Amino acid sequence: MTVTSQKSPMTRRELLSRSAAAGAAFVIGSGYVAGNSAAWAMEVEHLEPASMATLIQMARDIYPHDHVADEFYAAAVKGYDSAESAPMVAAGIAALNAAAAGKGFASYIDTGWERDRVDILRGMENSAFFQTVRGGLVTGLYNQKAVWPLFGYEGESFSQGGYIDRGFDDINWI
Amino acid sequence: MAAPFELTDDSVVVVIGTGAGGGVLANELAQKGVSVVALEAGGRYLPEDYINDEWESFGQLAWLDARSTSGDWRVARDFSGLPAWIVKAVGGTTTHWAGASLRIQDHEWKAKTNYGDVAGANLLDWPIDPREMDDYYTKAENKLGVTRTGGRAGLPGNNNYKVFEAGAKALGYTEVHTGRMAINSAEYDDRLACQQTGFCFQGCKWGAKWSAAYTDIPNGEATGNLEVRERAHVLKIEHDDSGKVTGVLYADADGNQHMQMARVVCVAGNSIESPRLLLNSASSMYPDGLANSSGQVGRNYMRHMTGSVYAVFDKPVKMWRGTTMAGIIQDEARHDPSRGFVGGYEFETLSLGLPFMAAFLDPGGWGREFTTALDSYENMAGMWIVGEDMPQETNRVTLNHDLKDQYGMPAPNVHFDDHPNDVAMRKHAYQQGMAIYDAVGATRTFPTPPYPSTHNLGTNRMSENPRDGVVNKHGQTHDIANLFVSDGSQFTTGAAENPTLTIVALAIRQADHIAAELGRGNL
Ligand SMILES: Cc1cc2nc3c(=O)[nH]c(=O)nc-3n(C[C@H](O)[C@H](O)[C@H](O)COP(=O)(O)OP(=O)(O)OC[C@H]3O[C@@H](n4cnc5c(N)ncnc54)[C@H](O)[C@@H]3O)c2cc1C
Ligand code: SF4
Repeated sequence: MTVTSQKSPMTRRELLSRSAAAGAAFVIGSGYVAGNSAAWAMEVEHLEPASMATLIQMARDIYPHDHVADEFYAAAVKGYDSAESAPMVAAGIAALNAAAAGKGFASYIDTGWERDRVDILRGMENSAFFQTVRGGLVTGLYNQKAVWPLFGYEGESFSQGGYIDRGFDDINWI
Repeated sequence: MAAPFELTDDSVVVVIGTGAGGGVLANELAQKGVSVVALEAGGRYLPEDYINDEWESFGQLAWLDARSTSGDWRVARDFSGLPAWIVKAVGGTTTHWAGASLRIQDHEWKAKTNYGDVAGANLLDWPIDPREMDDYYTKAENKLGVTRTGGRAGLPGNNNYKVFEAGAKALGYTEVHTGRMAINSAEYDDRLACQQTGFCFQGCKWGAKWSAAYTDIPNGEATGNLEVRERAHVLKIEHDDSGKVTGVLYADADGNQHMQMARVVCVAGNSIESPRLLLNSASSMYPDGLANSSGQVGRNYMRHMTGSVYAVFDKPVKMWRGTTMAGIIQDEARHDPSRGFVGGYEFETLSLGLPFMAAFLDPGGWGREFTTALDSYENMAGMWIVGEDMPQETNRVTLNHDLKDQYGMPAPNVHFDDHPNDVAMRKHAYQQGMAIYDAVGATRTFPTPPYPSTHNLGTNRMSENPRDGVVNKHGQTHDIANLFVSDGSQFTTGAAENPTLTIVALAIRQADHIAAELGRGNL
């Protein structure tokens, strides 16, 4: 994964032109993290933007769905950007980066293959930090209504009269 | 509508909890002209209030007061503060339940006689002859409108059922159908037919599924003999010097405490809260808690041998569409020790929405093994396994004096270890369940561990001999004549069947008994 660092905030136009050129996974500026396609951007107040980018990557590595875009993972961990959580997250990310350094990488996010990051995560699987992030993702990621259609799940059905006339028994291959 | 009774009115029957047991008992007594005050810890929610959203609904209805767990069951590790999935609301867990309504089989009423001595199990025969239950079961089925009984048609099979049925038939199973469900296949009792919305666990917004919340409770209130006080959490049952119970202390919605006097008290708070309340009511006269001379209050906690099997196919199933549990295979429900265990089990269709699937498929799981399963969510089919588990004295609800609830009362700790018979039965059921899906082309199967307990049983069990249990064949405590237990905690053994039809049948039967005893001046 590559990360583009940015010293001063970019305009959306700059962001777009830049990311198009860079092809990076995240754009990290002062006070924000954004998707490389500028499809999403997130302001961070209490965390270092690089820590937030690492957290988003960690979220994807814990629950990797290749058809689910980064913005949903970003939304799932956004709540950690609070005065209350920031110290815990900063310490957790530091431990993650230290573990990465121990394996010869510059940082957690600066690894090539998912399996290298998963190795690092396995090594800290029982830590409170890992378990907090993982546990939070179960609802933080999968309980986002916008994520459901990506898995085919249709959600609420009462307002549409249930499925009695909408295919409750429409299976055609059995 | 509601009949307000005075706190000082000591002629009333107080029912604690308004679920399958308490809600039905309160109505049945009211229909017979008995004055009843039902105290319910939860609020009142009706079909228009129910939410087609798993976590939101859980937040609305579930019992979330402090609880703790111990033992070797995986729930203690994965959901340490949530041993059970139970509802706190008028109507109790009948708002959440799926509606599967089966009679206990004859041999299961006499587990000790038919299974013999099973090491480590505290087996006992129910002090009830199965034939005594026939009429009560019929009454219960008619009350609940159970399909495939009383001339009522079965429900149509949904996608999840069709996969399940095809697999079952491929394996040679013959007792396969869309279940005996307390869900209307046609309009019944002024309630609609099932619209196949697929949120049976979240409260049926059409009222097609029976729930005490919108049947027995309002029917009882309409008589003028039943007052349901919601958000009334009972803390303690009081007694006099003669040992008879005299009333209950409860906290109202604002936390203010009141004493409601009573002629008879019936405890129906589900199998964790009922023994907890008896234990929390200890006094100098009853230092081990009320009705506990046998030492069995809180013991023999059963939760059914459960588990689920999910499977992924190469084509869509969309299992969430339609009724959550309308499908059953009963071939394995027989008692056949040649399989390596006593008692039997049922397979029932089950579907979870994506949010609950993520939480329960493999709690704690992560990485691609986990996420590729969810990637195929649309192509998934699912079933639940429910079988007889062994009562064990050491599986028990105790008071955790280090953990207090919002009223400062000791919280319950739920200890559970699987019995070797449970483990052997679960292994068999997983193998058969996976074979069912393999037979129709599953590309991957998942033997999914038990969820927090939905069936909670046995902690105030019925016994012939006062030494062996807490209540007699009518649910009347052996020790205190005017104290009854009216919920699933009465179960002597769990049997393979989902318990609610039996809880309801026993409540109807208990109402007959209490009304007759009141009439005779015995209570
Ligand atoms: C998701 C789910 C699906 C299920 N599906 C099925 C099924 O298909 N078939 C089946 O047979 N069973 C099913 N069950 C189980 C069924 O719901 C229970 O067996 C049944 O409701 C238990 O009845 P009960 O009277 O023992 O307790 P409950 O119905 O739980 O009622 C207890 C009531 O007591 C109240 N209470 C507790 N303590 C106090 C107190 N101190 N003061 C005042 N009130 C108190 C509670 O708030 C609650 O309302 C299911 C359960 C769940 C959770
Ligand atoms: S599937 Fe049927 S019973 Fe279940 S919630 Fe929907 S309408 Fe009610």
